[in-house]
Order: sequence, then structure tokens, then C-alpha cells
Amino acid sequence: MKGALRQALTVAAKDLRVAGRTRDTLLATAFFAGIVLLVLGFALSGGMVSRDARLSAPLAAGAIWTALALAAAVGAQRAFAQEQEAGALEQLLAYPGPHGALYMGKLLGVLPPLLLVAAVTVPTGLVLFGASEAVTASGRALPWAALALTTALGVLGFAAATTFYGSITVNLRAREALLPALAFPILVPAVLATVQATRLLLEGGWNPEVGTWLTFLTAFDLGTIILATLLFPAAVEG
Amino acid sequence: MKRDVTTTVLGAASLLGLAVVLGLSLTSPLDVNQGSLVRLMFVHVPEAWLSYLAYGGTGLFGLLYLIQRRRHWDRLAMASGEIGLLFTLATIVGGMLWAKPTWGTYWVWDARLTTTALSLVVYGGYLLIRSLIDDPERRARVSAVVGIVGTLYVPVNYMAVEWWRGVHQTQTLKLLGGVRWDAAPIYLPTLLLSVASFTLLYFFLLRLRGTLAAREEAREERELTGVTGRVEVARG
Repeated sequence: MKGALRQALTVAAKDLRVAGRTRDTLLATAFFAGIVLLVLGFALSGGMVSRDARLSAPLAAGAIWTALALAAAVGAQRAFAQEQEAGALEQLLAYPGPHGALYMGKLLGVLPPLLLVAAVTVPTGLVLFGASEAVTASGRALPWAALALTTALGVLGFAAATTFYGSITVNLRAREALLPALAFPILVPAVLATVQATRLLLEGGWNPEVGTWLTFLTAFDLGTIILATLLFPAAVEG
Repeated sequence: MKRDVTTTVLGAASLLGLAVVLGLSLTSPLDVNQGSLVRLMFVHVPEAWLSYLAYGGTGLFGLLYLIQRRRHWDRLAMASGEIGLLFTLATIVGGMLWAKPTWGTYWVWDARLTTTALSLVVYGGYLLIRSLIDDPERRARVSAVVGIVGTLYVPVNYMAVEWWRGVHQTQTLKLLGGVRWDAAPIYLPTLLLSVASFTLLYFFLLRLRGTLAAREEAREERELTGVTGRVEVARG
């Protein structure tokens, strides 16, 4: 158990070091999320920014989480592709120790850059779609702490599912197209939960309904991580 | 090659059952609200049941494959996935044809509809990934994993969408859920018989497709090992 934890942390530290030195994955992911926000802004808001929270909140919540779900697929793709292109994936799998720990390590390596992207995407989305203005105009403060919690749980769920499918699609033809196709139907519960929690938070601040969505999201995250850790060895072996 | 009696019996039984269901449903009394449209229920509900049965089969056979590593289970999982996809399409198309005159629209974002549409994507992806892996052992292993995860997330999707809709508007949903079962007592025997026949049909198709897949594999292996030269000539 202790060895597995150390192995996971070692893999994560290695991935983070690579990510910190090259920054290509981080920049590509952030850029991609920004583009999605812009496209959705053009497509949905029709050039007008509403000051009514009832109008702007669903729009902002939907756009932010669409951008992050797509960005998670791009980011997780790189987690395995880098090693696969260098021919190092098989060696990584050949190291002694449980393969489940390898998945945890990869997840921990994918998570921090994605959280960083989310930390930029969420405020930008709130401003672009007029949700932050609408909230302050109604005399309330933006519920930053609750929004941060929602973001962290949501990004964890996205990363857990896309990292797992990334390990499956990395060896396949057309992997870039295949990963979102496989992962998104599984992400639907997480997308619904994050969008609803964000919308409710923007419309009226914290209430018990937000709490139930976040509980659901936590259960989704835990379930996905456990399931992926158990099935990961079967997905990558040999 | 010896004759497969079980498959023949299953096929004959499901054919007989479906013929009886056809007779019963065409002679059943019309519904007060829906008129003749109610008869679609005898096909639609069993189709939906069959597709969920098939998805359960994909997950179960995939798990059995991972435990025992027998190719037999992989073929059954694949067969089950294909059957499931086919009947999900039939369920959705039939349901839409019923929904237009009854609800006034082809599509509603109801939990059941959304989950069914999502499972179409899940198992479409399952079959897609199978077509992209050439090595049979690896294909069996990876698709088993994808099949298990997909099957486990179908109920989670249902819960999430149900909840999502439940927050917004409940009126239409209750109406939809209610109408069908109010009418049930008269139609129940036909519906149950139909569900039973479709269940037989599932096992029949499963065996048939499994046998077909086994023969395809046998042929591939024969081509790879023994008579490669002749095959190349035959292909030009």
C-alpha cells in the first residue's frame, strides 16, 4: 500500500515536472478552453450580455463546463500520448508494482494543470457571459468558496474518467476523435451536476439543492476513481 | 458440423410467441385516449426491455471474460452489444412515432429517453473500439473494460438525468408515466407474453450471432495458419 502510494506520487511528480518544463499541454488546454468559451459566447449570447441572473447563470454555467469537459479530454490525451510517442509507455508498465498505482499517478499528474486551466476558465466565463455582473447587481457577493469547491470536484471527475479512457485510446488509430466519443457519455452525470450546482450558486447562492448536487458529484468522483483503478490493469496489460 | 438443436428450438419458440403476440395485439380493444396507437406498446416496451437485457449481457460477459479469459465470453459480449444497439434504435424510432401523435412532439428530454439515447452512444463506442483493434486478445480485453464501465454507468446516467429533469418540471413527466399504466390491466397478458417472446428472441439472436462470430474467428485463424497462399491468390 505504502509502495503503491509512493509509486503513484513518483509518476505524478515526473509528469508534473515534464508539464512544468514544456508547458505545451497546459497552454494547448488553456487555449482550447478559451476558444470554446468564445465560440459559445458568439453562438449563444447573441452579442448581448444580460444583467438578469436567471438568464445569464444557465448560459455561463453551461459554457464554462462545456469548455472544461472538452479541455479535460484534450489534457488527458496528452498524459499517455507523450510517453507512447517516445516509446516509454511499455517500460513504464513493466516496472514492478500495481498498475492501479500507475493510474492514480497519471490522474494526479493530469489534475493540477487542469485545475489551473479551470481557475482561469471559470472567472473568465463568469465575466464573459455577464453572470458576475448580474450577481453583484442583485446585491450579493459571488459565492467564490462554493464555486471553487464545485470546480474542484467537477474537474476531478472529468480528469478521472478522461485519464482512464485516455489509457485505452492511446494505442488506437484516430485516438483524438475516439477519446471524447467514449468518455463523454460517461461524463454526463458529472456535467449535469456541475452545471446545475454552478447555475444554482449564481442564481441564489448556497442552498440545500447545491449540497445534494455536490454530494452526488463526490459520489461520482469516488466511484469513477475506484472503478478505474480496478479496471486499469486489465485495460493496459500486455 | 453438427446441428445446433437449442438454437433452432429457441428460434421456433420466439417466432411462435411473436406470431401469437401479433394476433393478440391486433385484436386487442382500442384505448380510450390513444386509440390504435396503444398497440405500439406491445412492441415498444419489449424492445426496450430487450435492449437493456442485452446491455446487461455485454457487461456480464465482459466481466466473465476478464475473470476466465475464454474467448467464448468475448464473442457473446460482442453479440449482446450488437443486439442491444439494434433494439435501442428500434425502441427510439418506435417511441418517436408513438410520441408525435400522443405528446405532440418527437422528443422530450425525459430521463428514460435521454438515458436510452446515451446508451446508444455508449455501445456505439463499444462496437467502434472493437473495430479499431486487430489483435483478438487485446480487443477482447479492452472492449470488456469499455463494456463493463458502459453498463455500470447506464443507471448512473438515468439517476442524474431523472434528477436534473425532476428539479425543473414534473408535470409532463407524471402524465407520461401515468397514462401507460392506467391502461395496463386489459393489455397486461399480451404485454407479458410479448416481453417473454422478446426475451426468447434475445437468447436466440445471442446464440446465432455467437456461433457466427466463432465461425468467423475459425476462418480467420485458418487463413492465418494454413492456407495463406491460396487465399492471397483468391483475393487477387
